[in-house]
Amino acid sequence: MTLFIEQCLNGLQFGLLLFLLAAGLTLVFGIMDLVNLAHGSLYMLGAYFAATFVAWTGSFVFGVVLALGATLMVGMVVEVIVMRRLYGRDHLDHVLGTFGLILFFDELVRLIWGPEGLTLPLPSWLNTSVQILPGVDYSAYKLSIIVVSLAVAAFLYVLVMRTRVGMLIRAGASNREMVGALGVNIKLLYTLVFGLGAALAGLAGLMQAPILTVQIGMGENILILAFVITVIGGIGSIRGALVAAILVGFIDTLGRAFFPDLLRMVLTKEAASTAAPALSSMLIYLLMAIVLVVKPEGLFSASGK
Amino acid sequence: MSGWLSVRSIAIVALVLALVLLPVYVELGGSRFLLTLFTRIIILALAAVSLNLILGYGGMMSFGHAAYLGIGGYAVGILAHEGVSTGFVQWPVALAASALFALVIGALSLRTRGVYFIMITLAFAQMAYYIVAGLARYGGDDGLTIYKRSQFVAPIDLSNKVEFYYICLALLVGSMYLVWRIVNSRFGLAIQGARSNDTRMRAIGFPTYRYKLTCFVIAGTLCGLAGALIANHTDFVSPAMMYWTRSGDLIIMVVLGGMASTFGPLFGAVALLVLEEVLSGITEYWQIILGPLLLLVVLFARGGIDGLLGKVHHG
Repeated sequence: MTLFIEQCLNGLQFGLLLFLLAAGLTLVFGIMDLVNLAHGSLYMLGAYFAATFVAWTGSFVFGVVLALGATLMVGMVVEVIVMRRLYGRDHLDHVLGTFGLILFFDELVRLIWGPEGLTLPLPSWLNTSVQILPGVDYSAYKLSIIVVSLAVAAFLYVLVMRTRVGMLIRAGASNREMVGALGVNIKLLYTLVFGLGAALAGLAGLMQAPILTVQIGMGENILILAFVITVIGGIGSIRGALVAAILVGFIDTLGRAFFPDLLRMVLTKEAASTAAPALSSMLIYLLMAIVLVVKPEGLFSASGK
Repeated sequence: MSGWLSVRSIAIVALVLALVLLPVYVELGGSRFLLTLFTRIIILALAAVSLNLILGYGGMMSFGHAAYLGIGGYAVGILAHEGVSTGFVQWPVALAASALFALVIGALSLRTRGVYFIMITLAFAQMAYYIVAGLARYGGDDGLTIYKRSQFVAPIDLSNKVEFYYICLALLVGSMYLVWRIVNSRFGLAIQGARSNDTRMRAIGFPTYRYKLTCFVIAGTLCGLAGALIANHTDFVSPAMMYWTRSGDLIIMVVLGGMASTFGPLFGAVALLVLEEVLSGITEYWQIILGPLLLLVVLFARGGIDGLLGKVHHG
């Protein structure tokens, strides 16, 4: 039972982390109609920046804040130099252009930080465990990921639905020309939105960094999961991204933890241990296939954002 | 209009001639590495030709095409590992497995369009990647060495490098002819019509979903053939050959060469892989050049090489 609660929390934590990544992806797609494969590179950069800045400053919090700022800046620079030229073009152009960016960023990271990965050590005040229920301990750091992600989700909701900037963002999503004609600097708005998406990806990357190693290509595997989430949730819908991310986080984590045992009940021990790793990594794709069959536009289509 | 002596047709004739005569040059004292490199180029060009059928002519932006390379390759690898080394079993199984995968993935993905289609094909290809990486019996992440190339009856001997080169070249030319026939048939015209305006094609009575699915399966099967070839070429299969960046490479080949053109994918494959060789000779960090180069192609040269050659002619 303890294990089950722990795995549920792990699932929630992973899901919320995925949400941060998927939210940026879906925001940029929903508003700028841009498919950004290089989103995973920003996730990677966030982690590398954090590992570097924390080592420089000697302070976890200060380093993390610097890393967030740096990722935001990189995002805005990339928007101004590259992305701006891709708006309004074919999706295939987006895919190819941002694929080129991935090659560039991966190699740039290799050039600057070298081929070996980095580690981001946790400060002692986060490297403890907290008793959440009588007899159930849980990592304080993972708990703080959950809290931070929920706070960011709430912040995003308020920003998009309750502020003037959010109103402009939503207006820009439905009619770019009209908003521009009304005297809004739509170019600047897009740059800010892209920067926000980049910072969200960077935040996800740096929060994941102490759990996994910081390495080249770390953004690519998780990017695919973010794609699956946006497809399940409905592209352009932040609410859909949140629901789908938590769903995927749970299924992936619990699947890996308990699916092999379940399989052992049906199959022989040997067959189960052969098939389990392959099958449990299939689960989320099966979920995606089912959602596609039932609702090809995703659970929350973009009109409901 | 395309006259006999246009720049494009001269380039095509020159390239084909060079490919046909390459082994002769190697035999006369050229580097043997060239033969290995160009065998690889030809096989990947075959994969790009198959992708061009759905991407270029069909407008289906599949980002999971490398999955068929892996499936075709693993069909050969797994059968060889289990002691079935005859190509008469291996190759049909490779083709059938790829066709089946394409049928299932296509049936699901073609329910959607646009960016959903890109992401879904990508996700399913990654699923195939993780499944293969999880096959501990067949090497898992580390891949699987093939000790014996597919056996056919004499005089076909895949272990002979020159003979294997010509077999690959013949299969490439055959596939290009097949794709050319397909796109100029009634079926192919319907596919291209659906690319331009799917709703209109359905309105005049074409069941476009079935047409597109058929096209998707043909392309997947052809790419499975390329997979079987590449397994024989490298004597090795690994999940890396179906990683999603491989699919990206194939898309680059098609776009770089020129979408929806018969020889475009061949131009693209030669250009990309030769460029990779040259750049990696210059610097270890060659992708830092290739990435921005790609971006420039996307921004300024959408017609690809085929388009540029055509422009010179019309110039």
